[in-house]
Amino acid sequence: MSRIAETRAGGPEMLSARIVVPIASTVAATLVGLLPIVASAPLIPDFGFLFLIAWRVLRPEIWTARIALALGLVDDLLSGNPLGQSMALWTMTMLALDLSETVVVWRDYWMDWALAAVAILFYTAGGWFVAGLLGSRIPFTVMLPQIALSVLVFPLVARIVLALDRWRLAR
Amino acid sequence: MAPPANRRTGYSRRAQYGLFIGYVVAVGGVVLAILLLVAAMVDPRGFAALRGAALDATVPISSSGRGVVRFFGDGAEAIGAYVQAGSQNAALKEELRTSRQRLIEARSIALENARLKRLLRLRDATADAVVTARIVGSTFDSSRRLATLSAGSSQGVRPGQPVRAAEGLIGRVIETGRHASRVLLITDGANFVPVRLVRNGTPALSSGAGDGTLDVRALTAGANPFRRGDIFVTSGTGGIYAPNIAVAIVVRVDGDKTVARPLADPSRADFAIVQKVYQPLASAPLTDAATEAAP
Repeated sequence: MSRIAETRAGGPEMLSARIVVPIASTVAATLVGLLPIVASAPLIPDFGFLFLIAWRVLRPEIWTARIALALGLVDDLLSGNPLGQSMALWTMTMLALDLSETVVVWRDYWMDWALAAVAILFYTAGGWFVAGLLGSRIPFTVMLPQIALSVLVFPLVARIVLALDRWRLAR
Repeated sequence: MAPPANRRTGYSRRAQYGLFIGYVVAVGGVVLAILLLVAAMVDPRGFAALRGAALDATVPISSSGRGVVRFFGDGAEAIGAYVQAGSQNAALKEELRTSRQRLIEARSIALENARLKRLLRLRDATADAVVTARIVGSTFDSSRRLATLSAGSSQGVRPGQPVRAAEGLIGRVIETGRHASRVLLITDGANFVPVRLVRNGTPALSSGAGDGTLDVRALTAGANPFRRGDIFVTSGTGGIYAPNIAVAIVVRVDGDKTVARPLADPSRADFAIVQKVYQPLASAPLTDAATEAAP
């Protein structure tokens, strides 16, 4: 646990300066979706979502569930989802993670990963369901490689977030 | 790891209310987002201005990076070609010999084709092109198959217009910004294209399977009439897509299920041509339209 930097007590202005790094990194991860790759099947994880839940799992105190509304809106606009899809799914995930803290009190590395896996499954299935409502009825098996890859990539994203967190607090 | 203390508010009423209001805002936001989703289902072109502006703002990122990706892709291909030079040389010589014969055949067919077209006074399929643009990116992290095109409403692109490459159909425009637009690829599950079999004209309906292939269903009763290697072109039924644009080739037939591969690969196509919406009745002379619409 020595890897996790201590949060120092600070005033509200300190907090507002420190919240820029999580928000900026999540938006930057959302921008990965704009890379000029033309793919024929969904495979690459949605990095914006992975960064959001990685920050949420590592630092529950920096933001509340409603930040996901703003970040989800950015994701909807950038990635061409119908407006409201990521807003709803991301905020629901954040609320569910808040609830999970009352159930699972003691958490470790594996527990965090398991929670992230459930969140990824929920988010991907939600996106698939919304696409189905909008007329794109495709078998769910098409989404399985992306879910597997997202779950496997999550520890890597958590490491990046951990490094960003240490850098953010060391300044 | 012990749980964080952030959600414990202690006895402070102010902190308790603050936390409660935070949750009210979050849940209200979810409800609002779901209402927005319902609005998107009822009216898919809602918030067009906002979405178009976002599209315009992000397209420079995609279009500038496209060259870099291409450079590395082509570089890897060049190295591979160098390693396999010997065997490739022999294979290419053989291919050249056969294709020379084919070329002669093709020339005579092209001549005949031109003659027949003159007879039928058919217009060239690309005569009604709106603009030629590049495909600069696509979704790769969601179940939808949407691509970004580097031309928008300032070049005359409108929602609904079909997009094709030289090899075949790519999709149709669903939203536009000033300088960029979003294309619903034919591999998306929501894109239904009326097609017909080149071999004998059997009508069929193609829709995306989500994994880069197409699911083709015959509109005739009885056994599955398709075979491996069959080629489909657009039939022009129902408008939007002009007839006789190449669409797909059948790769597998399992009973009633026919899996086809699109002939145009948006990731390889250098240029995409945006065409006018195909409206045979609306663009026909007025008397013809009146007589056809009358019965």
